[in-house]
Amino acid sequence: MTAIVNIFLKEGVLDPQGKAIHHALDAMNFEGVEDVRMGKQIVLKLSTDNKEEAQKEVEKMAEEILANTVIEDYTIELI
Amino acid sequence: MKHVAILQFPGTNCDLDTKYAFEKLGCTTTIVWHKESELPKDVDLVVVPGGFSYGDYLRSGAIAKFSPIMNAVEEFAKDGGKVLGICNGFQILTEAGLLPGALKRNIGLHFISKFQTMKVINNTNDFLQKCDKDEILNIPIAHADGNYYIDEEDFKELEANEQILLRYSNEKGEPVVVNGSVTSIAGVCNKNKNVFGLMPHPERALETILGSKDGIKMLEGLIA
Repeated sequence: MTAIVNIFLKEGVLDPQGKAIHHALDAMNFEGVEDVRMGKQIVLKLSTDNKEEAQKEVEKMAEEILANTVIEDYTIELI
Repeated sequence: MKHVAILQFPGTNCDLDTKYAFEKLGCTTTIVWHKESELPKDVDLVVVPGGFSYGDYLRSGAIAKFSPIMNAVEEFAKDGGKVLGICNGFQILTEAGLLPGALKRNIGLHFISKFQTMKVINNTNDFLQKCDKDEILNIPIAHADGNYYIDEEDFKELEANEQILLRYSNEKGEPVVVNGSVTSIAGVCNKNKNVFGLMPHPERALETILGSKDGIKMLEGLIA
């Protein structure tokens, strides 16, 4: 089973990298972009096929190291 | 004679400058490799120096916090031992939860390396006891992730408990935006005032001929 962890700065926490990308898109005349957030994606290959077990374990990983929950939110997708 | 333990992680690069600084101030020092699980017995101060531990992978300081030595540092701090984190050391201490808040990418995305003036906000702590309140200090900064963030509720507590140590300012003491930090914060301490963290490098400000010796009175406070 594969777990995909997406990590983004929390809403309300200014994202300087997203903002810089937004500026660049504006400068390149791409119109209609209202907001840009930049995050990171961590892909984990797991030995288990048990979804519940995987969810629990990956949540623990996200809380303890993958994300810094002072400033970041995360989502977990299992496939 | 005070004994200072200086941690060394893969990627730490201010360990020898920090050793030089504390030896110049009359201390004995021990460099402690991160794989060690214990600090030397008679240590008076632990310094987590600057650098790029683990190449800043994942987040600055995120991986270093799981090094074996960090358990010993947490115990030491819990028992009231004094801990100082400089630059990457500050990032490691926030990641480890020993200091509040977090350090994000600088607002302009640049790595900033220059002398910077800053104002002493609170000196009711060991670290800044030798400095005057509102004193302006000139200390080098060198970081890409120094944009201090703390949410509003915790900020209020930080301010009320006099945990804000320094703010980036101009020479008149007015706050300036350097890296996007909440209210221009450059350094904070924990509630018990025994764990300190700052982005500026006091160990690089020891000689007038090299630009400033304002770092001396900071470091002196911790070994007084």
